[in-house]
Amino acid sequence: MLTAYSLQLKAKSIKNMAKYNLNVNGKKYNVDADADTPLLWVIRDHVGLKGTKFGCGMALCGACTVHLDGQPIRSCSTPISTLKATNKITTIEGISVNTDSAIQKAWIEEQVPQCGYCQSGQIMSAVALLKEKSNPTDSDIDEAMSGNICRCGTYPRIRKAIHRAAELMKDSGNSTGK
Amino acid sequence: MTQQNSRRDFIKASTMLAIGFSLPSIGKAESLHKIDTSSASALGIELNPYILINDDGKIILFNARPDMGQGTYQSLPLLIAEELEVTLDQVEIRNTDGQGKYGAQLSGGSSSVRTRWLPMRKAGAAVKEMLITAASKKWQVPVSECYALEAKVFHKPSGKSYTYGELVEEASKLEIPKEPKLKDQKDFKLLGKSVPRPEIPSKVNGTAVFGIDSDIPGMLYASIERSPTIHGKVVSFDGSAAMKVKGVKYVVKTERKMPHKAVEAVAVIADTYWAALKGRKALKINWDAQGSDKISTDAYFENLRNLAKTDGIEYKNEKVGDFNKAFGSATKKVEAQYETPFLAHAPLEPENATVWVQGDKVEIWAPIQGPDGLIPQVAAYLKIKPENVKVNVPFMGGAFGRKAYFDYVLEAANLSKQVNAPVKVIWTREDDTMQGPFRPGMLSAMQGGLDEKGNVVAHNHKIVGSSIQHQVFGNPLKNAPDDWAIETANTEDSPYDFASRKASFHLAETDIPILWWRSVYSSTTAFGQESFIDELAHAAKTDPLAFRLDMLADAPRFSRVLQTLAKKANYHQKLPEGQAIGIAVARSFGTIVAHAVTVSKSGKGVKIEKVVSVIDCGMTVNPDNIKAQTEGNIVMGLTAAIKNGITIKDGLTEQSNFHQYNVLRINEMPKTEVYIVDNQEAPGGVGEPGLPPFAPALCNAIYNLTGTRIRTLPFDIDNIG
Repeated sequence: MLTAYSLQLKAKSIKNMAKYNLNVNGKKYNVDADADTPLLWVIRDHVGLKGTKFGCGMALCGACTVHLDGQPIRSCSTPISTLKATNKITTIEGISVNTDSAIQKAWIEEQVPQCGYCQSGQIMSAVALLKEKSNPTDSDIDEAMSGNICRCGTYPRIRKAIHRAAELMKDSGNSTGK
Repeated sequence: MTQQNSRRDFIKASTMLAIGFSLPSIGKAESLHKIDTSSASALGIELNPYILINDDGKIILFNARPDMGQGTYQSLPLLIAEELEVTLDQVEIRNTDGQGKYGAQLSGGSSSVRTRWLPMRKAGAAVKEMLITAASKKWQVPVSECYALEAKVFHKPSGKSYTYGELVEEASKLEIPKEPKLKDQKDFKLLGKSVPRPEIPSKVNGTAVFGIDSDIPGMLYASIERSPTIHGKVVSFDGSAAMKVKGVKYVVKTERKMPHKAVEAVAVIADTYWAALKGRKALKINWDAQGSDKISTDAYFENLRNLAKTDGIEYKNEKVGDFNKAFGSATKKVEAQYETPFLAHAPLEPENATVWVQGDKVEIWAPIQGPDGLIPQVAAYLKIKPENVKVNVPFMGGAFGRKAYFDYVLEAANLSKQVNAPVKVIWTREDDTMQGPFRPGMLSAMQGGLDEKGNVVAHNHKIVGSSIQHQVFGNPLKNAPDDWAIETANTEDSPYDFASRKASFHLAETDIPILWWRSVYSSTTAFGQESFIDELAHAAKTDPLAFRLDMLADAPRFSRVLQTLAKKANYHQKLPEGQAIGIAVARSFGTIVAHAVTVSKSGKGVKIEKVVSVIDCGMTVNPDNIKAQTEGNIVMGLTAAIKNGITIKDGLTEQSNFHQYNVLRINEMPKTEVYIVDNQEAPGGVGEPGLPPFAPALCNAIYNLTGTRIRTLPFDIDNIG
């Protein structure tokens, strides 16, 4: 019988020989990792937040998008040594506590995801867009979102959902997308 | 319904442990990261393999088709829920683990709803009848006075009710009715209603667990260097530099076991994925290409063109009339050849697998399209008993056919066994793009003959290319054509009333690893079939829509799809200057889809103004998802038409990542409208049928606009010759 093992989050404390201090979603982490380790793998394998995804490793697909002090960056191509302890990193898990940000609500309303793998990155790019432009045009969306690949082809719904989120934010007087 | 005996085969949860029942790693959306480690006896009573009810009311429905983004995580449980009279927020959905009692569990061929439409509804209806009977016995009232609603059974005259949990013990003593009464379609509350997909919240907050998110205590990470020419042999390797990378624990020789060939490789195994990858880059390997450096897609296509000069093996069932005679005496003869490239699947989640081999037992966490197909392969590979293989099925971050080819799982199994620890293998994007398997490159050689009135008197579709059945499944195809390759162009899928027709297949063997790719051969065969119909229409000086409708008079569902398309796309209205419209229709996997693509001139190329699509997939489970899948098929079909194919030169794949293997991005996305033909027919597939007719519709539109006929994919849409 093989039932003793089941999937569970690994205890991350084993790797706490502090070398880099990180602030992820408002929580502080001490991470022992090589200087060239991409932030993506630090977030996934050291911090243990799995919502940020690996897609290409070359900043071509956007699946790994997170925010660095509010700006979208590709974490797969951001070595941890380039970050400061004062930098605020936000991942998909930090967008809302109850999946109730305008963007997430709009994504659910429009039933955007298919496989869902790229959607963390899509949402991070969209949140950043709406923070810059509360009522984006289609070409604003093209510009902000064309770095995020969706192989399932949810683009028409992403477009609709961003417009919908802009409406939701307007209705609620919230201008952050979160 | 029989009530007399306790059914002998009911299985209490407590016995499920003894037979090796275990939980897949998928729970409710909001608790996806919390794996239920409670003992199975707490889960409830299995009334049939797909439905488990706990006496405190918890209901678990099992989804027997892994979800790669096409919506099976909802669609199959929804079939059960409709008949069981529960809503999806009253249940927990779990993926099945490959055990035989769940039947075939491969997601593929757009088959999930098609093949499970009745069995899943019957499973729900049978349990509902058992619960109603149990209630009637407890109340000692006639069954006819009881009904089920929202996970309760009510006694109509008194208004009394029991929850399903209160009835499950009693119900489990009853026989399972073999032919339960199914609901009438007009009474459906869930099916056909676009119920929101239950896992969507988990896919917008980062909690959905994909294969790559598997994380086992003590797990090591592996990155594998495979032969750059795919089929090489390791002559020697030096892992000393790799071993110096902090975190690297092992450098070992290993292999990639493909169905047609096992090839050698070298793996670096480390504490973290990054260390494994760094170590891999520090490897020094001396490869013997063993002739695989001679492989070239140019040479492959040259071979196809040569083969196309001779007759292939005929599809006997496709023969209508005497083609040779009719073509010989035709007033007008038209001939054309079409080519479609090799393609990588490029799911955004690269291939990955976490495997823990412990002696003669193994546990697997991996994004895979079919746990039941994986088990015997792993068992055979490790020489252990199938019942000792435990599979956990998470979500797949896209698959498109790729994740039904289990080479990456066997790699992890090999390494776990070697190092005696759980090992997670993650392919890089470069591995995924360069190593295959690929959609096979194909050629369609077409001939058509018209009489003086422009009627098609002769039609010949010769398919030339490699065979997935031959390479992957070892089908010798001795004097037999590949029956998959003719899908979407056979008399049933393409029922044009040609006075004579024939079709044949020419096998071109290749070492390039090949595999089904979303819609299998339909995406390649339909390009020739539906482009050539247009060529014949123009040769007959007839409007391509009228030309098709004329030959589809005896195929009412096709006619209706095309007529609906004409209306929705305003086909008969005059377009603005500099615009043109093109259409194509194809049936695949039991579903008919037609697209109308409107294009305009844009510099040296064309711009897609709009895509209007009509789908007839029979009765629907989730119309919104049918639209989503069709949108997705437009994106993938357009990508396949105008972005990069896979080319191999001197054995090396020339594309490595998304800068060379481009896929469509949002700024290139045309406007789309999708319409569903409402009908009562049996359900067809949905995940693939939108793809095959897209490229021909686009190329037909481009011909109408520019007079340039595109016969080779991919092409440069910004520079039409």
